[in-house]
Amino acid sequence: MRAVVNVYLKEGVLDPQGKAIAHALDSLGFGELVKGVRVGKQMVLELDSNDEASAKVEVEKMCETLLANTVIEDYTIEF
Amino acid sequence: MRVAVLRFPGTNCELDTHHAFTQLGADVEIVWHNEQKLPEAIDLVVLAGGFSYGDYLRSGAIARFSPIMKAVVEYANEGNCVLGICNGFQILTEIGLLPGALKRNNNLHFISKFQTIKVIHNDNKFLSQCSTQEILNVPIAHADGNYYINPEQLDEIESNGQVLLRYCDSDGEPLAINGSLNAIAGVCNKNKNVFGLMPHPERAMEAILGSMDGKKMLEGFMN
Repeated sequence: MRAVVNVYLKEGVLDPQGKAIAHALDSLGFGELVKGVRVGKQMVLELDSNDEASAKVEVEKMCETLLANTVIEDYTIEF
Repeated sequence: MRVAVLRFPGTNCELDTHHAFTQLGADVEIVWHNEQKLPEAIDLVVLAGGFSYGDYLRSGAIARFSPIMKAVVEYANEGNCVLGICNGFQILTEIGLLPGALKRNNNLHFISKFQTIKVIHNDNKFLSQCSTQEILNVPIAHADGNYYINPEQLDEIESNGQVLLRYCDSDGEPLAINGSLNAIAGVCNKNKNVFGLMPHPERAMEAILGSMDGKKMLEGFMN
């Protein structure tokens, strides 16, 4: 089983990398279409489990303790 | 005075820090991150600057799980002094001994230069030899020094007097050097025994190297 964890800066926390990319897209002529960019990290976890519910509980623990810094970041988990 | 300086894989300021405290007359020991215990009868633990674990994931995120950190948390919770410089500051926020977090600088650059900083509070061991409002000149060298904390907690640390240092211009006006909220360069915990700052006082110990202001800061721990 595979879990995909995405970690992003929280809404309201300035994302300087996202801003720089949005600026670059604007200078390439995509400015009218692109309203904003946020940069995140994706971690793909290969899990030895067939039970999504119990795996999700464990992956949430991983996010809270290590994969995200919840002072500044939010995370999503997808299977 | 006995000082323990922690060394994680990727720490690179531990020898400068060792030199700085030795120069101040302390007996300094470098402690490897895999140790379970701190040396006996120490008066201060310093988490030196560098790039522990290559800054992988986030600066300080992996180092905080090193075996020695359990002992550091206990040591701090007993009211003893802990100082985190640069990457050490990042580790102390990651582990929750200090409030807030340090994100990528707003301009995305690694900023390496002498920088003026202002002393906000000196009612603590670290800055006891400095005056409030005093402007110090100390090197900074970081990519992730952009201090963030949520608005409620920002008010709280400001009103508790936990903001100890701010980046400033030569007149002492706050300066947005890296995007830090309220130009914060250094903070402490509520009990004022755990300190963290992005600037490097250990690199400002001798006039021939540009500044002795760091010596003034670190001397606070010697009394």
